[in-house]
Amino acid sequence: MTQNGNSKNPVHGLWALTNRELKKWYKNPILLLMTTIVQPIIWLGLFGHAMNLGNLFTSNTITIPTNLGIPPQALAQLQEYFAGAPTQLLKQAFGTDSYISYLSVGMLSFIVLFTCMFSGMSIVWDRRLGFLNKVLSTPVARSSIILSKILNTVIRALIQAGVVLIIAYFIGPLVFGAAFTPINLLGVFAALFLLSTGLSSIFIFIAIRSTRMETQMAVMNLLNLPLLFTSNAMFPLKFMPDWLQDIAQYNPISWATDASRQLIINSSIDMTKLIQDFTYLGVFAIVFAGMGIVLSWRYLSK
Amino acid sequence: MTGDALVVSGLTRIFNKHLVAVDHIDFTVKEGEIFGFLGPNGAGKTTTINMLTTVLKPTEGTALVFGFDPAKQAGEVRQSIGVVPQEYTADEDLTGEENVLLCADLYGIPRGTSKKHAEELLKLVELTDFKDKRVETYSGGMRRRLELACGLINTPRLFFLDEPTLGLDVQTRGAIWNYIKLLKKQYDMTIFMTTHYLEEADVLCDRIAIIDHGKIIIEGTPEALKESLGGDIMTFGIKDSNADISSIIQKIPKVKEVKKQEDLYRIKLVDGEETAPSIIEALRREGYTISRLSLTKPTLDEVYLEYTGRSMRAEEESRENFSRQRMTMRRARGM
Repeated sequence: MTQNGNSKNPVHGLWALTNRELKKWYKNPILLLMTTIVQPIIWLGLFGHAMNLGNLFTSNTITIPTNLGIPPQALAQLQEYFAGAPTQLLKQAFGTDSYISYLSVGMLSFIVLFTCMFSGMSIVWDRRLGFLNKVLSTPVARSSIILSKILNTVIRALIQAGVVLIIAYFIGPLVFGAAFTPINLLGVFAALFLLSTGLSSIFIFIAIRSTRMETQMAVMNLLNLPLLFTSNAMFPLKFMPDWLQDIAQYNPISWATDASRQLIINSSIDMTKLIQDFTYLGVFAIVFAGMGIVLSWRYLSK
Repeated sequence: MTGDALVVSGLTRIFNKHLVAVDHIDFTVKEGEIFGFLGPNGAGKTTTINMLTTVLKPTEGTALVFGFDPAKQAGEVRQSIGVVPQEYTADEDLTGEENVLLCADLYGIPRGTSKKHAEELLKLVELTDFKDKRVETYSGGMRRRLELACGLINTPRLFFLDEPTLGLDVQTRGAIWNYIKLLKKQYDMTIFMTTHYLEEADVLCDRIAIIDHGKIIIEGTPEALKESLGGDIMTFGIKDSNADISSIIQKIPKVKEVKKQEDLYRIKLVDGEETAPSIIEALRREGYTISRLSLTKPTLDEVYLEYTGRSMRAEEESRENFSRQRMTMRRARGM
């Protein structure tokens, strides 16, 4: 029967399917440029600078009136104190005195979310164009079909995040925290890997039975901003109202962002919190990727 | 040794509990033959292919592909079949060769073997010169040929072709027929194909089943189906006379039916080539002169009309529109 030397490898075709989608991406220079470079530059360069919350602190100075009867010596001390206050407030609020750095790291999770959202789209396309049916008639494992979608999204998301990091370093500028060592970057990418695995799985199994692009677009629009705003990507959790904090602390984007901030810009690392972030992210990734695979056995074919 | 490549019994698929797409069909495809499913849009042809190629689970009934049940032994079935779907499924952003190699990878064929085989297949479908070009630049006919090459990468014993010439112009269609014949000869496969082009079924298929509303209406060789209509048809008019000559013709042996339609006679007869001259002779003896004579062999067109009560032409047109829409959608994807 298998006279043509089929391999015994159970995941054959996984890389072929993954690479098929990656090729679309890297063979299309304009798309690649738009998504990997232009988008982060716009977000960081325009949005980051326009909405630079740090300026609220640093651009305003507090002048102490001299007619309050404060002794001149005390006044000088107070003025010196207030001059240092913005930096201190920023540090307290954002864990760094550079809001741009704070936002840049948030942008890593943000770009991961935006890349993962599109993971479901390609499955809808494959179904509509008949490619999915063709693949389903070959001996390729059903789970490989789903895994290839996850894998190619994860690879793209991580490359995008890398580009964001480099751009942030140059145009931010990104200020590294005292606790930063280059090895920390491995931790950051591990966190983003787990985040993107979980997120792309969610968007894939939303799309697994879908044949309509419109539904998929609607779902994406419905989910992306709420997911972003209920996280600490742009603003610290502690300033949010309690009810929002309760939601935001269970948002995977918050976990990945918190871990990345600790590893890149904070002056000290809270080990307990870091381990907690990674544990949550790990469970998130495994549960949703697992669900994606189980659903693929049941629902990929109708 | 020849056995049965495909045995289907009572195969049924019901969508959403109401829509009966395929309704208890039975048929057998012998090893080495080209078996055609002929039917209009929405008759259940693609649903049948999807069930046979393990993509869709039947609601009822069974199929056996070389003795393996697609619903239960999908792995074995997938190894021995090749599928060319109705749609152009090759990836537009990849080159022709990359597409064929992608298919090879899906079958887990090691790169060493597949590279050579891909080259062979591309040569067979005459795409060698274009193998490094992106599929986006291919014409419809080239895409079809590429799909054929992709479907053959695992040297299937049973090859499924779903509407292999859908949306192609007449010339290209003929070329694709030649490729199918050539591939069949080269690889000695069994072919199961669907089509709604009558000429296509006539030219390619050893046996045909006409399917409509999910049911097989009639099955047989194209010749037998045409024969079942009851013979050839002769039409003629009589010069300068309004007399009814039906009784004269009816006496001639092998004439089965005489109808007078306005000033034309429409006669069903067996062995038209030999019977027609004797009719002319008989009429001449009675002093009648024939004008405007035509003798036609029954075509599948008439078979189709006879058994489904509908003409195929109208169907064809709506199908062409459908395929054009599909193309437009594909273009949109590139953006």
